[in-house]
Amino acid sequence: MSNLLGWIDQRFPLTKLWNEHLAEYYAPKNFNFWYFFGSLALLVLVIQIVSGIFLTMHYKPDGATAFASVEYIMRDVPYGWLIRYIHSTGATAFFVVVYLHMLRGLMYGSYKQPRELIWLFGMFIYLALMAEAFMGYLLPWGQMSYWGAQVIISLFGAIPVIGDDLTLWIRGDFVIGDATLNRFFALHVIALPFVLVFLVIAHIIALHEVGSNNPDGIEIKKNKDANGIPLDGIPFHPYYSVKDIAGVVVFLFFFSVILFYFPDGGGYMLEHANFIASDPLKTPEHIAPVWYFTPFYAILRAVPDKLMGVGAMFAAIALLFFMPWIDRCKVKSVRYRSRIYKANLTMFVISFVVLGWLAMQPATPMLTLMSQLFSFFYFAFFVVLFITSKNENTKPVPDRVTS
Amino acid sequence: MKKIIILLMAAVISMPMVATAASGGAPLLTAPIDINDKESLRRGAKAFADYCYSCHAASFMRFNRIAKDLEMSEDEVREMMIHTRGKKGDPTKIGELMKVSMTEDYAKNAFGTAVPDLSLTARARGADWVYTYLRSFYVDPYRPTGFNNAVFADVGMPHVLWSLQGLQEPVYKKVMHGNVEVEELDGFEQIQAGTLSRVEYDMFLGDLTNFMVYIAEPVQVERRSLGWKVLLFLIVFFGFAYALKKEYWKDVH
Repeated sequence: MSNLLGWIDQRFPLTKLWNEHLAEYYAPKNFNFWYFFGSLALLVLVIQIVSGIFLTMHYKPDGATAFASVEYIMRDVPYGWLIRYIHSTGATAFFVVVYLHMLRGLMYGSYKQPRELIWLFGMFIYLALMAEAFMGYLLPWGQMSYWGAQVIISLFGAIPVIGDDLTLWIRGDFVIGDATLNRFFALHVIALPFVLVFLVIAHIIALHEVGSNNPDGIEIKKNKDANGIPLDGIPFHPYYSVKDIAGVVVFLFFFSVILFYFPDGGGYMLEHANFIASDPLKTPEHIAPVWYFTPFYAILRAVPDKLMGVGAMFAAIALLFFMPWIDRCKVKSVRYRSRIYKANLTMFVISFVVLGWLAMQPATPMLTLMSQLFSFFYFAFFVVLFITSKNENTKPVPDRVTS
Repeated sequence: MKKIIILLMAAVISMPMVATAASGGAPLLTAPIDINDKESLRRGAKAFADYCYSCHAASFMRFNRIAKDLEMSEDEVREMMIHTRGKKGDPTKIGELMKVSMTEDYAKNAFGTAVPDLSLTARARGADWVYTYLRSFYVDPYRPTGFNNAVFADVGMPHVLWSLQGLQEPVYKKVMHGNVEVEELDGFEQIQAGTLSRVEYDMFLGDLTNFMVYIAEPVQVERRSLGWKVLLFLIVFFGFAYALKKEYWKDVH
């Protein structure tokens, strides 16, 4: 056995990779609840890829047969319903864990020097994930697939001069049709998963190069023992691998509750109108995007001018990319930062959640006003952060991690 | 940090949930359905075969799936549901999909609209909608079919169940909306009895709705029964996973 390993190691750095990324990758020993979501995101990615492969074996990316092929999977393919619900629940689970993972980054300053690139790779993963989810949602070819895509693609039409040609280029037709479905299928099953996997690898390589942050925001590499091992570090494997297994089981429990008992998520994951085959002549009464896009959709609706609205929506995402430079405070963790920062971050999270809820409601004057107010708070987070973080009234940061 | 979590949870919990929007007006009744009641599902299948199927298709559903799930013999299902023949004149096979021979053009001429497929109606509209809709046909001499519907205004579908339900007329009440007086539907008045009593008719619709909920997702009983087994496994597995974690972490301080 060790001969075989030696034979491989002379030809491929198997042991080296294993040690660098698992057995001798020293992670801070004080990871808390929030540190489960990175490995869970990786798990969900694998779940989506595997369940997706099986779905493509029976799904038909064809305007005339797509809707029926999904029902064929749900009824006639043995355990097809299970694979389909795993994939649709997985989409929601992906965004849940990614949002919590990103919030963790914001709380503990994980985007700060020297981890700016980890954050940027992560933001590109988020962007690719949104594109992946959007294109995947067209594939069941129901009413909400069709009209949701219609609304989102038409946003590009707001861009001056090239807008109309751009939407035509995206759709491949004057309306959403077979051409759109086919290209979205190609992008959803090949192009974007490829990009996602590449970005995830880059995200992890960058992380393992600089080492993980922790809830105290302290660099554990500053305190090493005689062998050069961080005093506050423990090898990822076996310590965090066994801890993450326990986390995975808890995650799978909640995942299964949704999957087996609420697979349409009360109409938020599989929308009611999506059980009606797409019909270009009938617009559904109430078009709302799937829940994970709603905060940005609310910002779009809050601005009366379409172009400005689209601009605000993209800015809401784009600003997150610049977090490492907007936040100028040297202290990383929220534990040792000022009350202003704590209040600011709390307000940001509340705004994000409330905006998400608002976008699912029909637009009444009162709710539109609320959307505008919370959009303002959303953007105010970045402005207040930039201004106050330069000379922030922080608490002393300990030298070693607290347990 | 805990404060942020608590605030976040409070924000989520305080959000009112959005109810499924129903078009066309009348408030929906709660459909008396029980997907585990095979007896009711079989009565519903009979009602569906007698009154719905032939105009409406359920074209994602197979006859033999009904036989299997509802614990009926294939001959019983054949007897109850299959009255058509294929192009060569041989009877429609039990493994086929529940399609109908009425074409879209014919339906548009007859009813002014295509006849919707009913495979997924209970999932798209909800069981309560189906149940209330079928209960809410009323006499309206201005409509080509002689009936209108309180849930689905100016619907093209004729009241195919009228002989069972009898005839009913709408009763309106006057309601003030600000300064404007409007008439609102306040229930129905039976003007001619059907072959079923009111209670019998509601039970008939309950069975029919139950069956439609079943065909919208035939796997749902199996789904729930697999679910608790998976959850039970995960609970047991967690015991081992947690013990393993504790064992390893003993030496971390």
